[in-house]
Parts: sequence; structure tokens; C-alpha cells
Amino acid sequence: MGRYVARRLLLTIPVLLGASFLIFAMVYALPGDPIRALGGDRPLSPAVIAELRERFNLNDPLYIQYWEYMKNLFQGDLGTDFRGRPVIETIERALPVTVKLAITAVVFEILIGLVAGVLAGIRRNSFFDNVVLVSTTLIVSIPILVLAFFAQLLFGLKLGWFPIAGTNDGLYSYLLPGLVLASGSLAYVARLTRTSLAENLRADYVRTARAKGLPTRTVIVRHTLRNSLIPVVTFIGADIGALLGGAIVTETVFNLPGIGREVFNAIRSQEGAVVVGIVTLMVFFFIFFNLVVDVLYAVLDPRIRYD
Amino acid sequence: MTNLDLSKPTSELAPSGTPLLEVDDLHVEFRTRGGVVNAVNGVSYSLAAGETLAILGESGSGKSVSAQAIMGILETPPAVINGGGIWFQGKDMLEMSAEDQRKIRGPGISMIFQDALSSLNPVYSVGFQIGEMFRAHRGLSKKEARKRAIELMDRVRIPAAARRVDDYPHQFSGGMRQRVMIAMAIALDPRILIADEPTTALDVTVQAQVMDLLKDLQGETGMGLILITHDLGVVNEVADNVAVMYAGEIVERGTVDDVFSKPSHPYTEGLMGSVPQVEAKGGRLRPIAGQPPNLARIPSGCPFHPRCARRRLGADAAPGRECATDVPPLRLVVPGREAACHYSEEVLGVPAE
Ligand SMILES: Nc1ncnc2c1ncn2[C@@H]1O[C@H](COP(=O)(O)OP(=O)(O)O)[C@@H](O)[C@H]1O
Ligand code: SF4
Ligand SMILES: [Mg+2]
Repeated sequence: MGRYVARRLLLTIPVLLGASFLIFAMVYALPGDPIRALGGDRPLSPAVIAELRERFNLNDPLYIQYWEYMKNLFQGDLGTDFRGRPVIETIERALPVTVKLAITAVVFEILIGLVAGVLAGIRRNSFFDNVVLVSTTLIVSIPILVLAFFAQLLFGLKLGWFPIAGTNDGLYSYLLPGLVLASGSLAYVARLTRTSLAENLRADYVRTARAKGLPTRTVIVRHTLRNSLIPVVTFIGADIGALLGGAIVTETVFNLPGIGREVFNAIRSQEGAVVVGIVTLMVFFFIFFNLVVDVLYAVLDPRIRYD
Repeated sequence: MTNLDLSKPTSELAPSGTPLLEVDDLHVEFRTRGGVVNAVNGVSYSLAAGETLAILGESGSGKSVSAQAIMGILETPPAVINGGGIWFQGKDMLEMSAEDQRKIRGPGISMIFQDALSSLNPVYSVGFQIGEMFRAHRGLSKKEARKRAIELMDRVRIPAAARRVDDYPHQFSGGMRQRVMIAMAIALDPRILIADEPTTALDVTVQAQVMDLLKDLQGETGMGLILITHDLGVVNEVADNVAVMYAGEIVERGTVDDVFSKPSHPYTEGLMGSVPQVEAKGGRLRPIAGQPPNLARIPSGCPFHPRCARRRLGADAAPGRECATDVPPLRLVVPGREAACHYSEEVLGVPAE
């Protein structure tokens, strides 16, 4: 197991290198001139533009730019944005916001998705089961952007239950965006739990558990739920990495100063260093949580062995 | 409210002569979207302590469903027990509360299944799963239960029990897994053990070992054994009595010696015809020509008539004994032998009364 984890961690290095290069190339390929846009309404003088282009290596071909970037990276320098602010500081400021948002979302996935899925799975074809079926279908079929605006409009503006934007209300500010960010996965968790539970309830070993005269609660919790939750737990784990992508939309709509909003703004202003820094970090998280899931899987299911 | 004291030997509880288990006219149906499946249609038998009753029949004849009805582990719905009674030591199991029924499973009646791999939970060690019996029914601690699990694994002759107790089911061979199932089932010294095709999934040599083990355990504890099997050789070797099932009914019943030497139902005859010498080890049921009946649409009259070589239809039939219209009841043919066929005497070669 230890060797397996070490090998997987080593493998992340080439993946991260490749990912960062791809992101770098994509930013490079974006149309428009980031420096010219920097001035906004007051155009910068050609001399300033030339100097800035020089400072940020923008006149060099792609591979030179990437090489320079990587050279600095290995000295612990993530570079600066065009205004001279170090990217590392942006990340340090924005990451906690995103972490809080992601935790809120995962809590929603577990609290609502898992519980709804368990109840629906135990009472298949009941009224509640049908409610879950319809609502989850609805949720997964609506794009997160639409859902975000809709939630903001309804719960924020019309009903006034939640703040519309920003983080001024502490953790409370995270509830609505967290719910929006979680919505798709939440629906999926509910469906996955339901299916998995329904399947396991028919398993031979559940019949054995009943034949052993175990109390119903033990049969359900120990011999059905525990087995049913293996795919759900692994999904939620892997989903944490994927949530970061959804955070770009959610944070932008709800104006949360997290890495999602930063990367969105950075893409718009073609801040190569910021985009590459943050997206590579997201890729790292994604890979990391997938590794955690694989390890978790082996812990939860003794039949899985990796060596 | 029933109050069963399972810690006492049977003899002190039930007046002598009361069988351990009595099943009377049991009916089970499944209400599915595709219609009602009549899986068990009036099964009756009784079992005494130390007795081995073999239940024989093609797959789909309702053997497992009737056994699971006795255990009280049918899923309801879709299953409905819509008639009959099940008495364990004189107490009607269908009338007692679910909780009282549960308390019988394990110390009173227990069951082992065909596929030990899928019947054991893959995520718990075998020791844990055996130990659960003591924790759920006897309130033992986890540690104490583990100790008892090791003793049981020794008792069912699993080598190096103390070392293997924490292993998981997938780490055992098929035969050893079935021993784990047996250890679990006999943990609380049940009065009755129902073994549903316990050796079907195993190699021939392992089959014999597992059967020997079951017989030895029965010898030690005097438990009643209901053995559901396809294996005529096993029936011949270990069973006292045999009940042959067809389309959810018992169509013939008697001692193994009697039934095997001279069947009195054409279906049994067909099964026996499959095995040149019954003594042959591992003799399997011969597929009888034709399809097993669809239990959602059981044929009129004798359920076996579409496949029966001896059937008499229309004018050939004796009055009131037309095979396609008149249902043959299970009746005494000769002393100690019952069969559900209009023409059993003919099959048996004795004059009709
Ligand atoms: N859950 C179920 N739903 C519907 N029908 C079932 C179900 N379980 C069993 N049956 C029906 O009951 C019949 C008897 O099954 P079973 O007792 O398992 O046969 P066997 O004699 O092979 O053990 C089968 O033909 C099957 O169609
Ligand atoms: S009653 Fe008729 S059809 Fe049925 S088994 Fe006897 S002879 Fe065959
Ligand atoms: Mg069966």
C-alpha cells in the first residue's frame, strides 16, 4: 500500500507538468493583448507597453515563456500578475474562501444527498422516493450557472433569506453558494446511494444477516448501509476535486473572493501566471483527492489490494 | 406473546411426540408486476429431532422459497404467505411477532445457503460474522465473541482457526467458506438446520467432506436437518425421508429407501431414471423432457401432466381421474408413502384399492 501511494504521488509530477504546460499554451493562444487591455479607458503609452511586454516575456515564443515560468517556479516563485502582485499572495488570500465553500458543499452533499438517498433506498417506490427521483432529475438537468442565478434571485433577492453576494456574513454567506455548488453532486449522491442501497438490500449476505436473527437495525446499518456507502464515499471524495471547477461559476456569481473567482478574472485579463498557478493547483487537488479515494477504497473494501 | 426457552433441550420443551417442526398446507405467492407467481402451493411436512429430510426437485420448484418462509426471511412484499401454518416446537411462527420470530432464527432454526461467497458479507472478517451470533443473541462482548468464533472454526475443522479468524471471506477456498457458513449456522446449537443446496457450488471431493461434516454435527447435537439438494447420491446416503417437490407442491413423500427403490409418482420416476444406479456418487437430477411449469400459470389438473409419460387424458382416464382436469391430491398410496398422482398404484405396481 505504501509503495502504491508513493508511486501514485510520483506520477502526479509529470501530470502536473503536462497540465501546467497545456494551461500555459491555452492562455498564450487567447486572442487579444493583455497589456493593452490593462490600461482600460486610458491607453498606455507605447513605451510602457513595450517595457511591460519585455518584463513579462510576452514577446518570446511559447516554449521560452514556459521555460522561464518553470525556472522561477522551481525557485519557489509563482510569478506576479501584471500589476506586480505575487501570485502566491493571491492564492493565500483566496484559497481559504474556496476551502470553506467546498467544505460547505460537501457537508450539503452528505447531509441532504446521502440522507435522501438512504431514505429513498429503504422505502423504494414510496412517495418520498418519487419526490427524490423527480427533484434530482430536475437538478442535474439545470446548468449550474442558471441554478446559481436562480437561487440568488429567489432566496437572496426575493425572499431575502441569504446574503446575495460577498462574505460579509461569515459562514452564513457560504450557505447559498455552497448549496448551489453542491446541487449537481448532491443529486447524484442521492441517486447513487438509493441505487446502491436497493441493490445491496437484495444481496445474499443481507439475507444471511436476516437468517442469523440479527436485529433489523443491525441488518440495515451493518450489513446493508456499510456496503452501500462504499461507492458513495468514493464518489464524494473524488468529487471534492471536481467541485473546484464548479467553484469558478459559483464564486463569480456570488462574488466570493476565492480562487475560482480569481481564476475567472485572470482568464478575462489574460493573466497567464495567475491562471497557470491556480489551475495547476486545482489539478493537484483533483489528483490528490483521487488518490485519497483509492486509498479509502482499499480501507473500506478488504477485497481491494493494490500491490 | 410467545416465550420460547431455547436454552433447554427440545425434550423438556415439547411433549414427546410433538415434532420439532410442522409445516401445514403452506402457500407462498409473489405479487409482481408480471402477475402472481404461485411459488409454494400447499406444502406440508414435519421434522423430528435427529431426522434428516431431503427436499428434492428441479430448480424453480419452490424449495428455497418454502425454506425461507420457514425461516421468516422472505421479503414481504413481493412475497406473501397466503395460507398454511408453520409450527416450531408447537408454537405457530406465523402468529408470533416479528421479534419473537427473529429470536428463533439462530438458536432455534438456522440456515446455510448454496453460494457461501455471496452469502458472506465481503467487508467483515469471518470471525466477526460468526461472532455476531453470540453478540446479537447472547450479548457477548466483541472479544468474547471472537474467542467463540475460533472455537467454532475449529469445530467445523477449519485449519489454523486462530490465525484465520480475522481473514475475510474472499481469502478462503469455496469449501472453507461453506464451513464458515456452517460454523455461523450452528453457533447457537440450533434445533433445526436448513441446508439449501450446501454443496452444489463445490468440487466433488469437497462436497463429500462438507456433507460428512454436516452429518457429524447432526450426530453430536441431534438437530433436525432439512437438506435441499439436487444430488440423489447425497439424498440416498444421508437422508431418512425425502419429499419431492414439483410446481410448488410435494408430489411424493416417503422414506428414502422406499422412494428410491420404487417411486410412486411419474415425476420421481423420471428423476430416478436419470441415475442408472442410485448409489452412483454425484448423480444429478436428469432433466425431464419438457419445460418446468411457469408458476404464474400452473397447468390445470395435475401440474405435471404436460410432461408426464403416463398421463391419461379424455376417454382413456378413469372417472374423476382425468390428468388435465382433475387435480390429484397428495394421498396415502401404501403405508408410509404419499404421492399426488391419480395412477400411483400403477406406477408402483400394486393393485389399486
Ligand atoms: N423475489 C421473487 N419474485 C418473484 N418470484 C420469485 C421470487 N423469488 C422466487 N420466485 C419464484 O419462486 C419460484 C420458486 O423459487 P425457488 O424456491 O427459489 O426454487 P428452487 O426450488 O430452485 O429453490 C421460482 O420459480 C421463482 O419464479
Ligand atoms: S396424475 Fe396423471 S399426469 Fe399427473 S403424474 Fe399422475 S399420471 Fe401423470
Ligand atoms: Mg433454490
